[in-house]
Amino acid sequence: MRFVDEFRSGEVAARLAEQIAALVEPGRRYKVMEVCGGHTHAIYKHGVEDLLPDEIELVHGPGCPVCVIPMGRQDDAIAMAERAEVIFTTFGDMLRVPSSNGSLLDAKARGADVRMVYSPLDALKLARQNPDREVVFFAIGFETTTPSTALTIQRARAEGLRNFFVFCNHVTIIPAIRAILDSPDLRLDGFIGPGHVSTVIGIRPYRFIARDYGRPVVVSGFEPLDVLQGVYMILRQLRDGRSEVENQYSRVVREQGNPLALRAIAETMELRTTFEWRGLGFISQSALKLRPQLAELDAELRYELPGVRVADPKACQCGEVLKGVIKPWECKVFGTACTPDHPIGTCMVSSEGACAAYYNYGRYAGRRRREAAPA
Amino acid sequence: MARDERDVLEAIERRRRRPPRKLLDERITLSHGAGGKSTHALVEALFLPELRNPLLEPLADSAIVESNGARLAFSTDSYVVKPLFFPGGDIGELAVNGTVNDLSVAGARPLCLSAGFIVEEGYSAADLRRIAASMARAAAAAGVAVATGDTKVVERGKADGVYVNTSGIGLLERELDLRPARVRPGDRVLVSGTIGDHGMAIMIARGELELEVELASDTAPLASLVETLLDATGGVRVMRDPTRGGVATVLAELALAAEVGIAIDERALPIRPEVNGACEILGIDPLYVANEGKLLAVVAPEEADAALAAVRSHPLGLDARLIGEVRDEPPGLVLLETAFGGSRVVDMLAGDPLPRIC
Repeated sequence: MRFVDEFRSGEVAARLAEQIAALVEPGRRYKVMEVCGGHTHAIYKHGVEDLLPDEIELVHGPGCPVCVIPMGRQDDAIAMAERAEVIFTTFGDMLRVPSSNGSLLDAKARGADVRMVYSPLDALKLARQNPDREVVFFAIGFETTTPSTALTIQRARAEGLRNFFVFCNHVTIIPAIRAILDSPDLRLDGFIGPGHVSTVIGIRPYRFIARDYGRPVVVSGFEPLDVLQGVYMILRQLRDGRSEVENQYSRVVREQGNPLALRAIAETMELRTTFEWRGLGFISQSALKLRPQLAELDAELRYELPGVRVADPKACQCGEVLKGVIKPWECKVFGTACTPDHPIGTCMVSSEGACAAYYNYGRYAGRRRREAAPA
Repeated sequence: MARDERDVLEAIERRRRRPPRKLLDERITLSHGAGGKSTHALVEALFLPELRNPLLEPLADSAIVESNGARLAFSTDSYVVKPLFFPGGDIGELAVNGTVNDLSVAGARPLCLSAGFIVEEGYSAADLRRIAASMARAAAAAGVAVATGDTKVVERGKADGVYVNTSGIGLLERELDLRPARVRPGDRVLVSGTIGDHGMAIMIARGELELEVELASDTAPLASLVETLLDATGGVRVMRDPTRGGVATVLAELALAAEVGIAIDERALPIRPEVNGACEILGIDPLYVANEGKLLAVVAPEEADAALAAVRSHPLGLDARLIGEVRDEPPGLVLLETAFGGSRVVDMLAGDPLPRIC
């Protein structure tokens, strides 16, 4: 596959792995956080850990869009989906996220009209095809997916559709990274910065990490070689005593981001004063809602919703996993009560969630087998 | 690995090896029909306890029935594919080939089929005739007769066009033991051609993805390919027909049943670039995508080359490859050695990325 296979080359990876090993200072251990769930997925799917020296530990970050949606919002979603007039649409992964009353798939089995879409424009098409129904799009994601929701809202407005509504749960990555940097229980040496988020916001917003916290950031792509090169560039900065924002993903990411996408977001959405993140709690100015002039498209205003904060199940430690404080397998219910077929927490649902990636792909990675073997 | 991490992983493996004792779900969801973990849970925790008997107990693609010295394979399968007509085939052809293949991989020569139709009120008679004609062609190609049938019609909206059920009987003529327990470390894994073609062809044919890809289903009867393989070598340990859940799910089932490890080489997997590309866009792993005309066989190491040559000599096996080998460790698990130089677990399908694929 062109433009993909060249970023998965085993030969290039082996050479890069040697260069990384040469950068490791004897006796030093490195903790590098990959912010994005997309990176976590690639790391486990391709076995990137197997190519890293034991001194380097990859810590999984909060950038999994499905994982950070709190239980209360999922309850709101189900309340909407169960209304007779509603066709409720969302991305595939969200269908399996548990609420306090089962998942959207369970609601579907009880009779709710829940449909999976690949794009918010598919939801818009459903609204056109079903003028007598109300189509709600459950919008989730970081800045990567926000522009497509923004453009869909603009198109719905332009077409004068009166039966299309958006349940907006878009979040922004910077406040989450700041929350992790300020959290006392984690020491990180550097960050593999989000690739696709940065195509939208550019690389300037990460400067505070390098400047105020003295940590290197390398914005990286999602192929395994991108991740490996990101690690290499972070270690090079650490060796040189630098802390800068570097762009490994320059084939896609521009320094200033994508002004058109940013404008579409600004025209349709504004910051919420605060928003609850699963496991991270309330973070101020960390999420978006529709602007007041688009109120007639806002599902939160259209329907009576429970709108209450629902605590995660007691056993669930998604919050600590999302912050990188514990490894997936350190969670009390990992792999026993909580599995991909019967998830308790969101991190076990999404393919970008650290628990699902570790369970599905990573639990017998070569590195773990090597360490298990008698010396 | 830290001591406690190993404990956690061992607990997971113990849990995986244990058949599910009760169904955790209150209602049936589409996942229960996807052929992966949820389907297993439904069959083992709901159907098996109610219907348990020695014929059903092995839960194989075909039951083996012995009577008056004759050994018969008996199998059934229902087809709810959407759309009913798709590039490379239609529900009629699929319904014949699917049951023929379940018999063939049990080592049986298919003899005859039944066909049951559940038709939605208002469905086009011309389309139903096309489906029946296509079944006749597929049956002739596989050398079986549709010997009996049944028709039911339900009110409009209570079915989606046509559903078809076929059952089949095959004759076990060879002295063969094809139980998973015969799989040994050192055995090789053979697949008869490109994987994921059927599932992706159906997804594309639905037109919901607006991907422009020329891709046809691989639906085909495996009877003569299996004959060719079994004539060429006595080294076949076990055969499977990797439909729903794909090659990954079938291998994971085998590893669990045979209590062996299976290592697959990602670079050796035959996958069409179109399938790879579409899967990449959709975030789906081709290892989990359904096939309807592919044979997966585990063969003794000394017979692997002969088996590969035999399969490649058949028109349905031109792209056959040896994709991996059986190992001692880790028991019950499939590991993929990635082209990148790492490795990862390949478990059974969880959830349902592609509903109503067959």
